[in-house]
Amino acid sequence: MPDKLLTASGIEVTYGATRGLLGKPGGGHKVLHGVDIDIRRGETVGIVGESGSGKTTLGRALLRLVNVSAGTIHFDGKDITDIPDAALRPLRRRMQMIFQDPMASLNPRHTIRRILVEPLLLHRLADDARSAERRIAAIFERFMLPTACLERNPHELSGGQRQRVGIARAALLEPDFVLADEVVSGLDVSTQAQVLNLMKELSRDLGLSMAFISHDLSVIRAVCDRVYVMRHGTVVEHGLCDRVFTAPENAYTRALLDAIPLPRIEPGWLDRVAEV
Amino acid sequence: MVDIASYPIQTAAKRRRRALMAQPKVVLGGAFILILVLLVVGAPWIAPKDPLEQDLMLGTLPPAWIDGAEPGYWLGTDDLGRDVLSRLIFGTRIALLVAFVAATLAALIGTLLGLIAGWYGGWADRVISRLVDIWMAFPPVLLSILLVAVLGAGVHSVIAAIVIIDWTRFCRVVRSETKSQAQMDYVTAAQTIGFSRARILFSEILPNVAPVLIALVSLEMGIAVIVEAILSFVGLSVSSDTPTWGGMIAAGRQMIYQGWWVMVAPLIALFATVLAFNQLGDGLRRALDPVMGR
Amino acid sequence: MSNLPLLSINGLTAVSDRDGGAPILRDVSLKVMRGEVLGLVGESGAGKSTIAKALLGILPRTIRVTGGSVLFEDRDLLTLPSRTLRQIIGNEIALIPQDPQTALNPGRRIEAQLTDGLRMKRGMSVRQAHARAIALLEEVHIRDPLRVLKAYPHELSGGMRQRVLIAAAFSLEPKLVVADEPTTALDVTVQKQILRLIRGMQDKHGTAVIFVTHDLGVVAQICDRVTLLYSGKVVEAGSCADVLERPAHAYTAALLAASPRYDRPDAGLTPVPQAVFDQLRREIGTDARPNA
Repeated sequence: MPDKLLTASGIEVTYGATRGLLGKPGGGHKVLHGVDIDIRRGETVGIVGESGSGKTTLGRALLRLVNVSAGTIHFDGKDITDIPDAALRPLRRRMQMIFQDPMASLNPRHTIRRILVEPLLLHRLADDARSAERRIAAIFERFMLPTACLERNPHELSGGQRQRVGIARAALLEPDFVLADEVVSGLDVSTQAQVLNLMKELSRDLGLSMAFISHDLSVIRAVCDRVYVMRHGTVVEHGLCDRVFTAPENAYTRALLDAIPLPRIEPGWLDRVAEV
Repeated sequence: MVDIASYPIQTAAKRRRRALMAQPKVVLGGAFILILVLLVVGAPWIAPKDPLEQDLMLGTLPPAWIDGAEPGYWLGTDDLGRDVLSRLIFGTRIALLVAFVAATLAALIGTLLGLIAGWYGGWADRVISRLVDIWMAFPPVLLSILLVAVLGAGVHSVIAAIVIIDWTRFCRVVRSETKSQAQMDYVTAAQTIGFSRARILFSEILPNVAPVLIALVSLEMGIAVIVEAILSFVGLSVSSDTPTWGGMIAAGRQMIYQGWWVMVAPLIALFATVLAFNQLGDGLRRALDPVMGR
Repeated sequence: MSNLPLLSINGLTAVSDRDGGAPILRDVSLKVMRGEVLGLVGESGAGKSTIAKALLGILPRTIRVTGGSVLFEDRDLLTLPSRTLRQIIGNEIALIPQDPQTALNPGRRIEAQLTDGLRMKRGMSVRQAHARAIALLEEVHIRDPLRVLKAYPHELSGGMRQRVLIAAAFSLEPKLVVADEPTTALDVTVQKQILRLIRGMQDKHGTAVIFVTHDLGVVAQICDRVTLLYSGKVVEAGSCADVLERPAHAYTAALLAASPRYDRPDAGLTPVPQAVFDQLRREIGTDARPNA
C-alpha cells in the first residue's frame, strides 16, 4: 500500500478555452502552471494563497471536478487523470469535499435527511433508509446536532449547524481523502474553533487524509502538518508547517506572514514592509 | 445554539403548504380558478339555460338589474335569444381546456429542452439555442393562422398554435435558470458524491428550477386564454355554435349599441380569468422561492 | 487640545421591529476623542454595524432607537432635522465602506464619483475638483492618478478601489471617519497596505476613526482604544494594551484564546466555553442572542 495517497505532478489547468464553430481550440486563461503536490495517508496538508493563487482550482483539479490540460493525478496508486466518469464514480466515495458556504452546498429544496441518506444508499453503505438513519444518528450525536434538524431545510439551521451537516455528509461516506475548501472562512472565531476541532478529531479517528484550502495562514497552522504556499498558479514554497512558519525560505511566504496582524501590541508592525 | 428542538416538528411538505396559504395572491387567484373549474365541470347543472337554445321572441334582453329584463336570464340575451350567462359558463370550458392543455404541453417541451441545453451544454446547447432563436423570429400571429389553415379550425389547432409558439419561452427561461443553478456548490457536491449527470439534473437541479417554472406555467395559462379568445374572435377556433368568450365578443361587437352586455360580460370574464392566473403565478413564485431566504 | 470627546454615545438602545422588539443595542456608551482610533469589535450580530449606521444616519427602518443619544460635538445626531444631518454626514463624518465592489457606482467613472462631494459641498469648479482629486489619489499612493480617474470601477483591483474610497472619505477633511470593516474583503497583503494607509491619513489629517471589525489582530495593530461588544452590549472597553494583554472580562480572554495564530501551533482550537456564554447571559439577560 503506497504511503502517498494522492499525488499530482505538473498540473496545468486552463479555463475558458473556446471552440470555434468548427471545433478549433483557442483563447483560454491558464490558472495553474505546473503544480506538484502529494498527500500522504493520515496527514493534513494546507494549501494557502491569496485570491488568484489558484488554490481553489487545484483542489477541484485533484477531485477531477475540473479538467486538467496537462499533468497527472494518482489516487491510491491508480492514474485517475483521464479516466471516464463511469470509472471514476466508484472512487468518488473515497474522495469527498467540504465547501465554504453550506447555504450554497446543501440543496435548498431538500431536507437534511434526504441530503444525508441518499449518498449512503448510492454507495450501499446502508441497505435501506432505516439503517442509513442509524448511521446518521450516531454521527449527529458526535457532532452535537439535534435530530430535529433532519426534517428541516438547510436555511432553517444556524450557520454552525449547517457547516457541521456539510462535514457530516462527507464523513458519512467514510472517505480516505477529504478536500476542505475554505470551510471556516466567514465563521465567528468561536464557531471556527469548534469546526477546526471537529475536523482534527475526525481526521484522527477515521485516519483521513485532508487537503485544507485557506487564505488564512493562522488557521492552517492550527490544523495542518504540511503546507503548500501558492501564488499566481504555482507553488512557491512547501514543507512542514513548523519549518515554514518559523523559517520561511521564500520572500512571498515571508511577506504573507508579515502581513498578518497578530492580536498583540507590536509598535513596528505597521511600518515594517516585507519586500516580495 | 438555536433552539430548534422547541419548534414543533413539521414535515417539509406541510411547511410548504402553509407558506402557500399565507400568500393572499395564491389564495385569491387560486380560489377564482377553482370556481372556474367547478363551472367547467358542473356547467350543465349550473347554467340556468341551454346555451344553444335560440328564441327570437326573447332576443336582446338586458341583464336582470335593468328595466325590461326577463326573469331567469341574469345577464340578458343576445340577438338570437340565447342566454348570455349560460353561454359564458359554457365558454369557460373552452377557455380552461385550452389554458391547461396548451400551457402544460408548451411547458413540458420547453422545459425538457431547456434543462438539456442548460445542463449538458456543448453542441446540444448550441443546437437548441439556435433553434429557439430561429423559431422566435417567426411572427406568431402569422404562424397561428397558417396552422389553423393547415389543421382546420378547432380547439386542437388553437392548442397546437399556442404550444408551437410558446415552448420557446419556457426553453429560454429554464435554460438560463438551469445554467445558473449548475454553478452552485450543491451541484458540485452532488458530483463529488458520485451521482450520475442525469440524476443530478432531475433530482437536484429541477426542484430548484421548479418555482420559476410553476409561476411561468400559470402566466402561460393566462396567455393561452387570451390567444384562444383572439382566435375565436376571428373565427379560427371552434365552430360558431359552441360558445366561446372570443366568439361572444365578436358577436357582441356587432350589436354593441343594442345590447352592450353581450360583449361586456365575456370581456369581464376574460379579464378576471387572466388576472387570476397572473396573480396565482406571482403568488406561487413568491411563496415557493422564500425557501432560499426571506 | 480640548479634552472634550469628539463623539459621545450615551446609553444607546435600539430594538428590531422585525423580530418583535428583539434588542439590537443595549445601553451602549462609548467615547471617541479627537484624532484617536477606536476599534469597535464584536462577532457577527454583536451590533457594531448598527452603531456605525446610527452614526451615519442610515439605520434601516426596521431598527428603532428607543433610548440614548449620539452626541457629535454636543449635537445629538438622533434628534437633528434631516437637513442639518445631511450637512454633517459626508462632510464632518465620512464612511469607508466594507465592500469596494459594491460601494462604487459601476456605471460612472472614478473621477465623477470622487469629485461629487468636492463640487457639491465645497462648491469647487470642475477644474479645481479635478486637481484636488489628483492630489488625493497621490496621497493614497496611487501611482497613475490620471488613468485611475478616467477608469470605471471594474477596471481597478480591489485594493485600488479601496484606496479610492479612502481618498473619497478624506476628501472633505472630516473630523471623524467610520471605517466599516474596510479590509474584510481584501487579501491579507493588501490589507496591511490599506491599514497602513488609513493610519497614515488619520495621523496626517488629525482625523478620529472608528474602526469596525471582527478581527482582534487588526485592532491590536491599528487602534488606540477598543470597545468589545456582544449581543448589543459593551462587554469591555479600554486601551488596546489593557484589553488585549490584561483582559478584564472572561469573554475577551476566551476570544483571544480562540483566535488562531500563525506563531502558535496550539492557538485557535479552544472554542469559547459554555460557562462564558452563561456568564454573559446572566449579565445581559436571557434574551442575549447567541451569534449567528
